[in-house]
Amino acid sequence: MTVRSQGVIAPDVDADSGWWWEALSAGRLLLPRCDACAAWFFPPMATCPRCAGTAVRGVEAGGRGTVYSWVVVHVALDPSFAGDVPYTVVAVDLDEGPRLFGRLLGDRRPAAGAPVQAIVEVIGGTAVLGFTLV
Amino acid sequence: MTVPGAATPFLGSTAIAGIGMTELSHASGRSVLSQAVEAGHVALDDCGLRPADVDGVVTFSLFNDSVASQALALGLGLPELTYALDLNLGGQAPCYAVMHAAMAVTCGLARTVLVYRALNGRSGTRVGSTRFAAPTSQYRYPIGLTAYPQYIALWIRRFFIETGGTDEDLAAVVGAQRAHAAKNDRAVRRDPLDLDGYRAARMVVDPLRTVDCTVEVDGACAVVVTSLDRARDLATPPAVIAGAAWSTPRGSGLDIADLHSYADWTRNCQAHLAPRLWGSAGIGPADVDVAEIYDCFSGVVLMGLEGLGLVGRGEAGGFVRSGAIGSGGRLPTNTHGGLLCEGYLHGMNTVAEAARQVQQRAGAGQVPGAETCVVTSGALMDGSALVLAADR
Repeated sequence: MTVRSQGVIAPDVDADSGWWWEALSAGRLLLPRCDACAAWFFPPMATCPRCAGTAVRGVEAGGRGTVYSWVVVHVALDPSFAGDVPYTVVAVDLDEGPRLFGRLLGDRRPAAGAPVQAIVEVIGGTAVLGFTLV
Repeated sequence: MTVPGAATPFLGSTAIAGIGMTELSHASGRSVLSQAVEAGHVALDDCGLRPADVDGVVTFSLFNDSVASQALALGLGLPELTYALDLNLGGQAPCYAVMHAAMAVTCGLARTVLVYRALNGRSGTRVGSTRFAAPTSQYRYPIGLTAYPQYIALWIRRFFIETGGTDEDLAAVVGAQRAHAAKNDRAVRRDPLDLDGYRAARMVVDPLRTVDCTVEVDGACAVVVTSLDRARDLATPPAVIAGAAWSTPRGSGLDIADLHSYADWTRNCQAHLAPRLWGSAGIGPADVDVAEIYDCFSGVVLMGLEGLGLVGRGEAGGFVRSGAIGSGGRLPTNTHGGLLCEGYLHGMNTVAEAARQVQQRAGAGQVPGAETCVVTSGALMDGSALVLAADR
């Protein structure tokens, strides 16, 4: 099992997500939050998906969450990851609410509900989100 | 939350008539247009209509992998189209496209509508592994979450966590559909597959193996939609459009592969549209004779059976392992072999099979006396479904 990632595809950052990637590159996990209704959400967008409010800011997230689901990729379906297989991708429900995805780092097997901690990996100059079991 | 049939006036008064398909192959060596035109000709010939009778065309495509409705009109030499619709959708679309054709007929915008899907899905753009530009691709691709088999596998894993399913359930789906496909000359995969054979197949993305994945193909499929009155005068028996529903559930996200915003990965579009589907048809899940459930991947059949209420929560695995979805079972399902075996025309071919069943034209795979069939389109958040019925 891959301990850390090797392959990466650079993200197509857009006008709604630039601040999120900028923070991640600085090692910080932010989440969009609505000032009007206090909803946390993901992915970043200019309006709140709960109340349609426009006062959306990036707020520091704790990075803790639990495993909702996961897959183990045995066949790289994009050549960028041919050197990484097998690797595990986890879907994590962060304590703040939003569900995010990342590589599971380390050699332990995931389980439903297992607690995880987010970390930021930098691969080939690109910051990506990963998780470790705690 | 039921919707009476009176609120959807095309139900019970429109029908699928002719059906046309090309050969399905790994390398057609042909243009998408020529295959679309062939499927259109075959569908019209099937029911005894001519191109001059067609005044509407509905189609769908992803990533510009098909030809536009106006191109088909040119290729078939159709006169003026009074209704044309090009949907930017994938597997969610076939039932929805038929719904639109039926609406156009009922509203008087067209009399006879060709609905088609055509693509070089194997030798051209392969949806299953092609990068595409979408708002949320930036959160998946960098970490190696790059393709549909992986997205669906995430859902299947969660479905198993909550319902107690195992790989034996997936093997039962694949095995049953292989057995159906053995009777279908159109099917690309026709070899039988037992549990040992299933487990010997290569793991692609755990929990999905190669044999759990649809087989991408080149080809085209078209159906003719017209009024029930007109269909009764044609060479094919009408497959009456008796129920229909679409759903874009809350939290469907920013694009077709945005999994961030949709909370429950164990209940897909079928669970959301089921009450309206059955309400629109005036029947319940116990009343159908055959089911054609969208199956880009095997596990989606389990979710579809539960979502439609054909089985209860947590019962899909036991149901498929009992042989219920096989020939002679309680509810023969994906009687053409499904997209797993016949080939991936994004479910247009699944709608065609549903129509054949209630037309009693399904050949060796015919479910004896099938009068009512439920057919679905879509695996994840949004999608559609129809109930088709024999003309009685």
